[in-house]
Amino acid sequence: MRLKPKSALPGFHLALGYTLIYLSLIVLIPLAGVFLKTAELGWQEIIDILRSERVLSALSLSFGTALIAAALNAFFGTLVAWVFVRYDFPGKRLFDAMIDLPFALPTAVAGIALTALYAGNGWVGQWLEPLGIKIAFTPVGIIIALLFIGLPFVVRTVEPVMRDLEKELEEAAASLGASRWQTIRLVLLPSLLPSLLTGFALAFARGVGEYGSVIFIAGNLPYVSEIAPLLIVIRLEEFDYAGATTVAAAMLVLAFVMLLVINGLQAWSNRHKVRHQALAQPIQAGGAL
Amino acid sequence: MSSTTILAARHSAVTESSGVRRLLITAALLFLLMFLLLPLISVFFEALRNGVHTYVDALTEPDAVAAIKLTLLASGIAVPLNLVFGVAAAWAVAKFEFRGKALLVTLIDLPFSVSPVVSGLIYVLMFGASGWAAGWMADTNIQIIFALPGIVLATIFVTFPFVARELIPLMQEQGTDDEQAALSLGASGWQTFWYITLPNVRWGLLYGVLLCNARAMGEFGAVSVVSGHIRGETNTMPLHVEILYNEYNFAAAFAMASVLASLALLTLGLKTLLEARHGDSLAKGQKH
Amino acid sequence: MNITLKNINKQFGQFHALSSIDLHVESGELIALLGPSGSGKTTLLRIIAGLEFANGGAVYFGGEDVAATPLRKRQIGFVFQHYALFKHMTVRDNVSFGLRIRKGDARPSKSDIRQRADELLELVQLSGLGDRYPHQLSGGQRQRVALARALAIEPKVLLLDEPFGALDAKVRKELRHWLRELHQKTGVTTLFVTHDQEEALELADRVVIMSGGKIAQIGSVDEVYEQPASPMVFDFLGSTNRIPVERHGNHLVIGTDKIAIYEGDHTGHGTVYVRPGDLRVASPDDVGLDAIVRNVQRTGPIVRATVAINSTGQLVYVEMPHLHHDVQHLLPQQSLRLRLMQYSVYDAENTPDGEDAPEPVLIGRERLRLA
Repeated sequence: MRLKPKSALPGFHLALGYTLIYLSLIVLIPLAGVFLKTAELGWQEIIDILRSERVLSALSLSFGTALIAAALNAFFGTLVAWVFVRYDFPGKRLFDAMIDLPFALPTAVAGIALTALYAGNGWVGQWLEPLGIKIAFTPVGIIIALLFIGLPFVVRTVEPVMRDLEKELEEAAASLGASRWQTIRLVLLPSLLPSLLTGFALAFARGVGEYGSVIFIAGNLPYVSEIAPLLIVIRLEEFDYAGATTVAAAMLVLAFVMLLVINGLQAWSNRHKVRHQALAQPIQAGGAL
Repeated sequence: MSSTTILAARHSAVTESSGVRRLLITAALLFLLMFLLLPLISVFFEALRNGVHTYVDALTEPDAVAAIKLTLLASGIAVPLNLVFGVAAAWAVAKFEFRGKALLVTLIDLPFSVSPVVSGLIYVLMFGASGWAAGWMADTNIQIIFALPGIVLATIFVTFPFVARELIPLMQEQGTDDEQAALSLGASGWQTFWYITLPNVRWGLLYGVLLCNARAMGEFGAVSVVSGHIRGETNTMPLHVEILYNEYNFAAAFAMASVLASLALLTLGLKTLLEARHGDSLAKGQKH
Repeated sequence: MNITLKNINKQFGQFHALSSIDLHVESGELIALLGPSGSGKTTLLRIIAGLEFANGGAVYFGGEDVAATPLRKRQIGFVFQHYALFKHMTVRDNVSFGLRIRKGDARPSKSDIRQRADELLELVQLSGLGDRYPHQLSGGQRQRVALARALAIEPKVLLLDEPFGALDAKVRKELRHWLRELHQKTGVTTLFVTHDQEEALELADRVVIMSGGKIAQIGSVDEVYEQPASPMVFDFLGSTNRIPVERHGNHLVIGTDKIAIYEGDHTGHGTVYVRPGDLRVASPDDVGLDAIVRNVQRTGPIVRATVAINSTGQLVYVEMPHLHHDVQHLLPQQSLRLRLMQYSVYDAENTPDGEDAPEPVLIGRERLRLA
């Protein structure tokens, strides 16, 4: 591999060398440790750990709630993006800035705030409890927390694409006799689909690994409302390193798969809008503000 | 038909009727209210529920002060380190062509895809009591896990990509003409960097640092795994919130939470300001 | 400072951007690197500057190989196509940058630096604009700031990449004159890249015409214009009529009509390249192209006509100044005989992209200045 491109600019070796060393020390080597540690166990042991009922229910809870929350966010996030891009209303700028709150607010703060709201005596919970709807300390609570965490991923991915949609497309559809709903379904939605899927995948990836905002509202009942990241923590506190690392390795594998999927989706999304140069900077899983 | 109805009719060809529009706006705002605004308001409400006196007490008791100090210290170390890394990575990636660049960029983003708990776990595996480096640590009497270095490491990991991912697209957009011009005028590499590159990316850099810092101060999961939760010693602000909450000391928990929420609001405010004032000097994705 | 290039080669992956470039530039010359986009002219300029590196060959400044001299030590003034002005610095700070960053004794005093910057701003006619920022200037002004900045370090060589490319037509013309004058004043060896043949011919002492990564022709403006070395060069330097002909001994024939007589003896197919402005109305007893006028247009001082050759029907374009006495013959449907005042004949019909351009067989030159 020829690393050094002959260039008039100096500092390539220094910058790349530092980058690679820092990246290896902080990220790559420690992450590799998870797989090394897991590999110390035999296949049988790994399978046994992963197939134990508690692990299975934790993993399926994490996946299931993240999937539902991401789907809901895909819907509401698109709605919110649409309203921001297309309509004007008082307080729009304030609301627009607030969209990023879940990126900025520490997850623990979000967790206790949501719990206070949706618990049986909370501002929202007290109206739902008499109807027999329990949110806090049930899997529904987890979905609520993940809705909060995932919303900006969808909005911030879909919004720029929506903004760049040419009004002429819709006008052309309308001039050809399409109804508003037909225009939205046949013209707008297909153009938005790649970014929508990207936003969905980002929200999902973040939701599966989420910890801080969930553990307060979840109730953390084994087999019922105990998420996979919490199970890792519990195993660790029990000094069951094998158990903790195996679950962590499973989650890491999933994270890498999601990263590939998201990169693929973004490449697809970018191809879709080569013509529009105002391409949104892709937000990565786990995301920047 | 009056002229206004004709206009309205024509308008509706490419937008929704005002009834539908109002319905959509209401639905969207209601959703934001329920899931964003109410939680935020409730933090401050719960914090002040028992009066200002309790609030101030909660923030000035020694353990709280220690937590605030530790958080400031940890992010004070982690953010500058990630800043230096971000600048170096952006310089290499944005200003040069080399093989494996796309892979490098993906790897830089990797920490964003890792669950916070796993981010903490990896350091426990390395430096914990039965970790790979346990022998070395026993010899040198250095403690990493359940101490400041572990907290700093976990914080660095979770905030690793922030500065780099802001600077890379920005520097790529700016190209290398300015640097080449400076070099052709006789500037050295460092002079070119200090006088030309850095001023060109200063707003983007500030933006990245702002986001990096917000996450560094607020990180919970990763730090929770490596901290050991020793009150007054290895408790950061978010961990302190958790401890107080689990002790049913809600007012104090929310008091500390309100400080973190204020920090988040400050970050959002500054971020919005940066986007409005210096939108063209930020990477494309941040231009609204 | 003279510049010599020996056997420069440059590849980008599989693509040969430059192959075997040899060039010698005398001290004080003003040289245009002219060519269509993708011809390698900018790459060549950047290699001379040290912004890009050749895969083979050598660059000599004043006889000295500069391979080991990095960009910052080459003492070249480089003017970028989009100027690359430092947008966070005032115009004066931009101009003085090269002096301010010098270290130790090499750095002039603050007042000297300021004075020098102001002198340069005066030279480029921007006195009084020193405290502005680049975004407050027009395109033409930015261009001149970029030039003043490059001149501040007293470069041995001035290199300009498409210096007027981003400017509108009027400003372009003004700056051209001005650059020519500036070159006369400073006498710095100057190379500039352009794809505009008019710009190259008007400004340069010598023109280097490039095509497909090779030098197609080097010569003075007169040489390249009047004795194009290849169909590509002929075609590139202005509009051209291409007329297939037969060569019989010492004359050119279309069908059975003799259209021109020249010295020499050749036989075979060929193509005549003749510029619209090199066609004049011939007297009936001269040899020439018989044609019929299809339409006539006047654009400003030039009259343009389209005529069809009688024997083949091919359309040929004719241009002449509006006061020329031949203009009276240019009436629609008028039959006339056209004389080829100056032309080149090449071996066969060729694409003008230069790769496989044949040697010109002969150049018919019949100069007859009409009053």
